[in-house]
Amino acid sequence: MSEKIDARGLSCPQPVIVTDRKMKELGRGVFEVLVDTETAKENIARLAQQSGWKIETKQEGGNIRLLLEKT
Amino acid sequence: MAKMVQFFSTRWGIISAGLFVGIFAPLLQHWGNPKNMGICVACMERDIAGALGLHRAALVQYIRPEIIGFVLGALIAAILFREFKPRGGSSPIIRFFLGFFAMIGALVFLGCPWRALLRLSGGDWNAIVGLAGLAFGIWIGILFLKSGYTLGRSTKASNFSGLVFPIVMVVLLLFLLFAPQFGRTPEGTPTGPIFFSQKGPGSQHAPIVVSLIIALCVGFLAQRTRLCTMGAIRDVILIRNTHLLSGILGIVIAAFIMNLILGQFKPGFSDQPIAHANHLWNFLGMVLSGLAFALAGGCPGRQLFLSGEGDGDAAIFATGMIVGAGFAHNFSMASSPAGPGAYGPASVLIGLIFCIVVGFTMREKMA
Repeated sequence: MSEKIDARGLSCPQPVIVTDRKMKELGRGVFEVLVDTETAKENIARLAQQSGWKIETKQEGGNIRLLLEKT
Repeated sequence: MAKMVQFFSTRWGIISAGLFVGIFAPLLQHWGNPKNMGICVACMERDIAGALGLHRAALVQYIRPEIIGFVLGALIAAILFREFKPRGGSSPIIRFFLGFFAMIGALVFLGCPWRALLRLSGGDWNAIVGLAGLAFGIWIGILFLKSGYTLGRSTKASNFSGLVFPIVMVVLLLFLLFAPQFGRTPEGTPTGPIFFSQKGPGSQHAPIVVSLIIALCVGFLAQRTRLCTMGAIRDVILIRNTHLLSGILGIVIAAFIMNLILGQFKPGFSDQPIAHANHLWNFLGMVLSGLAFALAGGCPGRQLFLSGEGDGDAAIFATGMIVGAGFAHNFSMASSPAGPGAYGPASVLIGLIFCIVVGFTMREKMA
């Protein structure tokens, strides 16, 4: 099971901060981030691209699940 | 539609939004808005506060259609692209006072971050001091964010809750168009509750339709691209990302060229329009604003665009700014071209103390 972060309802830029913190903590691997705005998704996608993490997004009702992976 | 969605989130998308603001803000000045104030969220909200009688500074009272257009343009974009998500409940009273003090800081400097960029583009070098203060304030905010500062999560709210602020904007538009005069002076002359300046910056404005259409477009573009002056500086410092910054550079470059074309570029520190050259308080005023914006998660423009998306917390921040403007003038905290107001420096220090207490005390375990 990959680690999961619930970043729903957090103001900008907190979803990015918690994701960045997890990326640095893990170094590599897989984890999920749950967000509820397109802005948070776009910001995390840009962070992922910049830090060399692959990202997959999945719309789930009103939420967006982001799967981040670095091998 | 999908291609359009993708374009807005690209670097060229945000540069386009910045260029749009940079082209049309100087044109709004050319068409009647005050100098270096084609767009200024703080000044324009201050004028609205005055028009509603929340302060009685006779030179700065007008219901600025730009503010109305920003919110409604963002609302249209959010509905069209299915991003209208009513939400709220994340420390509203703290957000109110962050907005309140952000306005105090902005009125000590005399401008929001957008006006700082426009002042720079018009040759007002005092803006450099203000922008340095803004960046310093944001940097302090980042230290708090990195150490776990949060105002807590927002939760879903009803559709009506998300529509309240846009409805208020429609009511303001009606006040602008019909300007009711219910009151009477002792001489029997109709007056208030809507006040419009007869002279000074409040009396200077572009035609209502022109301002409204441009602002609707800005609101639409900014909602789609997430244009945010505070975010631009914050992302560079925090995650070395220049995406939002490219939008800001778009504003400055386009506005600089437009000002040259329109003969509005007047370089120097002294005798700049609606500005003063007190470096210390230009700097500290914007330190306060930058810190308050960073703690609240967006510059004043961004807060309006979020309000249009149904974000009640952003709407509370914007309301705090409007109320703050009333206090700023009633309590002699706002600056004038002569320099800071009598109680401007003291109010900036109180605001900084408030923000620092918020930064240290608002924290919870995230995720």
